[in-house]
Amino acid sequence: MAAATALRANPDRNFRYWLLTPAIFLLLLVGLFPLFYSLAVSFMRIDMMDTDTSFAGLYNYGNLFKDKRLWEALGHTLLITVIALPIELLLGLAMAYLFLEKMPGRQIFVSLLVLPTIISPIVAGATWRLLFDNRFGPINQILGWFAGHPVTALWTINPRLVYPAIIFCEIWQWTPFMFLILLAALSNVDRSQTEAAAIDGAGFSRTFLRIVLPAIWPVMAIAILIRGLDLVRIFDIIWALTSGGPGTMTETISVYTYAQGFKQFETSYTAAIAFLVIVILTVVVTWAIRRMGLAK
Amino acid sequence: MSPLPFHRRKTVRLTLRYILACLLVIIFVFPVYWLFSISFKTPDEIFAFPPVWYPKSIQFSNYMVLFKDGDAKTVLNSLILATASTFIAMILGTIAAYSLVRFKTGGENLAVWIISQRMMPPVAIVFPVFLLYVFFGWVDTFFGLILLYTAFNLPYVIWMMRGYIEDIPLELEESALVDGCSRWAVLWKVVMPMARSGLFATAVFTFVFAWNEFLFALVLTRTEVATYTVQVTHYFGGQSNFWAKIAAMSVLGTIPVFFAVATMQRYLVRGISMGAVKG
Repeated sequence: MAAATALRANPDRNFRYWLLTPAIFLLLLVGLFPLFYSLAVSFMRIDMMDTDTSFAGLYNYGNLFKDKRLWEALGHTLLITVIALPIELLLGLAMAYLFLEKMPGRQIFVSLLVLPTIISPIVAGATWRLLFDNRFGPINQILGWFAGHPVTALWTINPRLVYPAIIFCEIWQWTPFMFLILLAALSNVDRSQTEAAAIDGAGFSRTFLRIVLPAIWPVMAIAILIRGLDLVRIFDIIWALTSGGPGTMTETISVYTYAQGFKQFETSYTAAIAFLVIVILTVVVTWAIRRMGLAK
Repeated sequence: MSPLPFHRRKTVRLTLRYILACLLVIIFVFPVYWLFSISFKTPDEIFAFPPVWYPKSIQFSNYMVLFKDGDAKTVLNSLILATASTFIAMILGTIAAYSLVRFKTGGENLAVWIISQRMMPPVAIVFPVFLLYVFFGWVDTFFGLILLYTAFNLPYVIWMMRGYIEDIPLELEESALVDGCSRWAVLWKVVMPMARSGLFATAVFTFVFAWNEFLFALVLTRTEVATYTVQVTHYFGGQSNFWAKIAAMSVLGTIPVFFAVATMQRYLVRGISMGAVKG
């Protein structure tokens, strides 16, 4: 493009760097600095009792492998992610199909359905904590109507119910997110192609897999990526609902790292965990961004 | 059974869709309703068994308590932090995005690095940031939190504004330059006005992200700049919760977000999908 070349060949050559400098400086301060700091501290032995800043080698990293609670926390995080993410996706897709065709008042329905997604996750967790209350919450009451006898389930305490409670809250808050994005993606699918397929006698599933899915995939992939990464670092909802309890049963990697750093004051060990998390996620994120075509 | 005539089938279909739509709205909106209703209930109504489905009268004493005890100040803190950090992030992010788009500074790699900062788990950096803040004495200061939220939101602003600036035709800038405008003048007088709606939509999202943030606020605030999200969690108890306060504080913190999002419905999808859906 001639115009672009002219713009780029302007005399004040440093202008473009001046524009970027403050932003990059802040990102380095809050993004890259902690990375190196974590790395340095993770090779020392600093905890609540001791401030031994001499080089301790891979001592903390060795401990990572022996830390049962850490691997359990990773497992919990993965469990929540692999259950909640597909449900949010499929439910969101079904809802998007429901509202795809025009119907009077559709905009009002959509606006109302979006409410859960825009409130603070901490408020979402708090709200469900109130809803799940075994005695004064409405959920046990409603379940009681169907069961025909009073239900007194301890949703946030009973080990068998606590995961369903968390996942329910998570799905409630983020299905509308999937729904909105997928509704927009579906609306952009070329109508004439799906209609032609229907005339040719292709059923719904065939049309969906051959025409609709390839068309919405770029957008769907990004929605999955955004939600997947949010789920992997899930903290707020857990904090409000269970704080990782009962015991350490619902501790996710974020909750566990927090506990190590700010309750046990295991400075060096927390740095090692943080660094492990950063390395795992950097690999996953970089791969995912490139793979899913977020980078143009 | 003979198949229904076409227009009847259509009516049945539409009715079914309405029934399903209403059911979904009830399921998704009920928790929000419950939160609001508790905030207006008297203690007797909150702790009634079986639960009372709606407050008998709208009374504001639950809110009055928050204002009297000074807890409502945390909403003001959230407002200051979110507004200031949004403002700064928008300025720094937009000029950075302009550099990325017009001059291809750093190429695709820099853009990917910037957005990957957004994907980092906060918990991985919150601890070293905390130590840094203790060292500089920035814990529980507006400056510290605004700095952090600005940096936290920058990748999003840069990424979104990159998309909006790409949509601006280059010819306008060209002719402004030919007319003798300086670089900065082009940026302020041509690019910014042209990207107005994008700026606004991005600012609303940035505001909401900062407003909803919890983990950094939990770690980096004590009393002076505690945000409303942190305040809500203070009402949780081991045995009993301060239900009325949880609900009233949550509502206070939710209403501004509802208004913010209502102002930019049109850009909602583009905003939450990080620009993947242009609309």
